[in-house]
Amino acid sequence: MTVNAELFTADRLSKKRKKRNTIVSLVLYGATVITVVILCILLLNIINNAFGTVAVENEVSPETLTDNGIPLQDLENPQLIQIIEAHLSRGLVRRFNDDKPLENRSSKELLELIEERIINSEVIKSWSLVDTIFRGPVISEYFEANPNQERRFRAWIHPKFLLDSQSSTPENAGVRTAILGSLWIILITFIFAFPIGIGTAVYLEEYAVKNRLHKIVQTNIYNLAGVPSIIYGLLGLAVFVRVLEPVTSGALFGFSNSATANGRTILSAGLTLGLLVLPIIIINTQEALRALPDSLRHSSLGLGATKWQTIRHHLLPNAFERILTGTIMALSRAIGETAPLIVVGASTFVSVDPSSPFSKFTTLPIQIYQWSARPQGEFRNIAAAAIIVLLILLLGMNSFAIYFRNHYAKKRNY
Amino acid sequence: MSKQQESVFTAESIKKKIRPGEIIIHAVLLSCALLSIIITLGIVVILVKESILFFGEKEVRLIDFFTMTKWQPMIQKFGILPLLNATLMTSFIAVLTALPIGIAVAVYLSEYASSKTRNILKPIIEVLAGIPTVVYGYFAITFMTPVLRSVFGENIVEIYNTASAGIVIGILILPLIASMAEDALNAVPRTLREAAYGLGATKMETSLKVVLPAAFSGIAAAFIVGLSRAVGETMIVALAAGAGPNFTLNPFKAAETITGYIVRISGGDVSYNTLDYNSIFALGLFLFIITLILNMISRKVVEKYREVYD
Repeated sequence: MTVNAELFTADRLSKKRKKRNTIVSLVLYGATVITVVILCILLLNIINNAFGTVAVENEVSPETLTDNGIPLQDLENPQLIQIIEAHLSRGLVRRFNDDKPLENRSSKELLELIEERIINSEVIKSWSLVDTIFRGPVISEYFEANPNQERRFRAWIHPKFLLDSQSSTPENAGVRTAILGSLWIILITFIFAFPIGIGTAVYLEEYAVKNRLHKIVQTNIYNLAGVPSIIYGLLGLAVFVRVLEPVTSGALFGFSNSATANGRTILSAGLTLGLLVLPIIIINTQEALRALPDSLRHSSLGLGATKWQTIRHHLLPNAFERILTGTIMALSRAIGETAPLIVVGASTFVSVDPSSPFSKFTTLPIQIYQWSARPQGEFRNIAAAAIIVLLILLLGMNSFAIYFRNHYAKKRNY
Repeated sequence: MSKQQESVFTAESIKKKIRPGEIIIHAVLLSCALLSIIITLGIVVILVKESILFFGEKEVRLIDFFTMTKWQPMIQKFGILPLLNATLMTSFIAVLTALPIGIAVAVYLSEYASSKTRNILKPIIEVLAGIPTVVYGYFAITFMTPVLRSVFGENIVEIYNTASAGIVIGILILPLIASMAEDALNAVPRTLREAAYGLGATKMETSLKVVLPAAFSGIAAAFIVGLSRAVGETMIVALAAGAGPNFTLNPFKAAETITGYIVRISGGDVSYNTLDYNSIFALGLFLFIITLILNMISRKVVEKYREVYD
C-alpha cells in the first residue's frame, strides 16, 4: 500500500516536473523569438519612416504657369525657357545662363529648374508607411481641410537622395557628401591601421618571447579593445586636431585653405578611427595566425627559410582570407562610428565634396545623428533613408567578407 | 647553388650569421607592437593632463566634483553626480533588459536548439550586433519613446527619458551578452550534462540547475562586459536621454549622461583651454577608469573559470 502511494506521488511529481520543463523551454524559446522580433521591428521601423504619404504645397501652381492648362512635360524647350524668364529675376536667369546656357539645356534639366525654382514645392506634413496604409481616412480628412496641398506618395530614398549634397530643406537634401566623407575616412583608417595591426599581431605571435613585456602588450591590447569609442574621440581631439594641427590641417604640405585651416579634417577623423579599430585588427590577425598549423612553420624553417621568409611567403598568404575578413569587419565597425567623429569635430553643414584628406568632413552616421536630432518629422524621414543607405553599405561589406571567407575556406583544408 | 653550400657550412654558422634585413623587420614589428602601449599612455597622459588643468581652476574643487548634485558650468557648479546618476540609470535599465533575455537566448541556443536552428538564429543575432549605434539611437526616439509614452501616458513620460535610452542600450548589448554567455555554457564539459541526465534530470533541470551554475563565472563576465559597454555608450543617450544634466531617479524624465554631455559640448566647436574643453577630459578620465576597471574584472573572471575546466 505504502509503495503504491509513493509511486503515485512520484508519478505526480514527474508530471509536475514535465510541466515545468515545458514551461521553461517555452520561456527560453520565447526570449529567442523576442530577440528576432526586435530585429524585425528595428528594420521595419526604418522602412516605415522612409516611405509614406506627404502633403506638398506649391509656391506657384504648375497649372498657372501655362496658358491653357497643358502639362509642363508636353511643352517645347523654348516655351519652358519663356516660363523661366517670366517667373525668375533677371539676375538669376543670367546666373543660370552663366552656368550653362538655357538654350543648350535638355528639357529634363529645364523642367528640374522650373520644379526647383518656380514651383518650389514644399513638404508640409508627412505620414509614415503604416499610417498611409491603415489611416487613409484621417489623411483624406486632412487633405479635405487643406485643399491647396497636394497628396503624394513619397519614397524618401531615391536616386537623387544619393546624388545630392546636403541642403537645409529635407526634400532637397542628399547624402553624397556624407558617403564620400565616409569612404575617404575609411580609406585613411585602412591605410593606417592595417599594416600596423598586422605588424603587431605578427610580432606578438611569431617573434615575441613570452615574457613580461609580451604579457603587458597583450593585456593592453585587450583593454584597448574595451575602451569606449568616445574616449578615442577625446584622444583624437587632443592629439590629431590640436597638437598635430599643422599636419592634419595640411598647412605643413602647403594646403593653406582658410576654410579648413584647423585640424578638424578627414585625416584626423581617419587616424582617430584607425586607433579605434587597431586592437580589433590585431586580435583578429592573431587568431588567424594561431589557427595555422605548426607544421607549416616547421617545414618552411626546416627548408632553411628565415623567420621573415616563413612569415612573408607561408604564414601571411595562408592566413590572408581570415585577416582580410577580420579587417573588413573592423572597418565596417568604423563606418558606423559616430561619437568619436563628433568629438573630433565633424562639420555640422558641409555641401562641398571632400577633395583631399585635409577637407572638412561629414559622414553618413553623422548625418543620421544630425537629422534624427531635429524635431521636424521630415528630417526623421531622410534620417531613415540615410540609415537604409548605411545599412546597405554595411551589408555589402559584410557579405563580401563572408563570401571571401567561404570561397577561400574551401580551398584550404588543414 | 654550390656557392650557397660553401657559405652555409654548418647549422652553427647559419645561426651566427647576421642578417640585417631580419633585424630591421624585427625592429619594425616590435615598434608596431609598442605603438599599442603608446596609445594607452597617450590616452592616460592626455586625460590626466587636461583633468589637472580642470581641477586646477579656482572654480572647481575636487570635493565638490564628487559630492555636488549640480552640473551647471554657466554658474560654475561642477558636481558629477547628476551625470553619473543618469549614466548608472541607463546602464542599469540596459542590463536589466539584456541580462534575462540574453541568458535565456544563450541557454536556448546552447542547450535546446538543434544545430539547424542554431545555424539560422546565430547569424540573425549577429546582425543585431553589427548595426551602428546611431541607428539604435534613431530606434529609441522614433519607436521606443512613442511606445513608452503611449503605454505609461504622455504626462508621465517625457519626450526624452532615460528609460527609453536604457532599454535600447539593453537591445544593443543583448547580442554581446548572449554570445558571451553561450561561450561560457559551451565550455561546460559534456560529462556534467550526461551525469545529470543519467540521474534522471529533465532537460530543464540539467540546463538550469547544472549547466547554468557551472557557467556562472562566464555569465558574470558577460554581465560586466555588457555593463561596461552600456556605461560607455554614447549615441543612444545623446539622441534619446535628453540634453541638460538633471539629478533625478525617475526613469521617465530627461537626464544627461557623462557621454551625452561630452558629445553635446564637443559637438559645438568648443575652443581650447576653456573650462568646457577641460571638463570633457575630466569626465572622459572618469569614464575611462570605470570601464577599465570593469573590463579588467571581467577578464580576471574569464581567466579563472577557464582554469577550472581546462
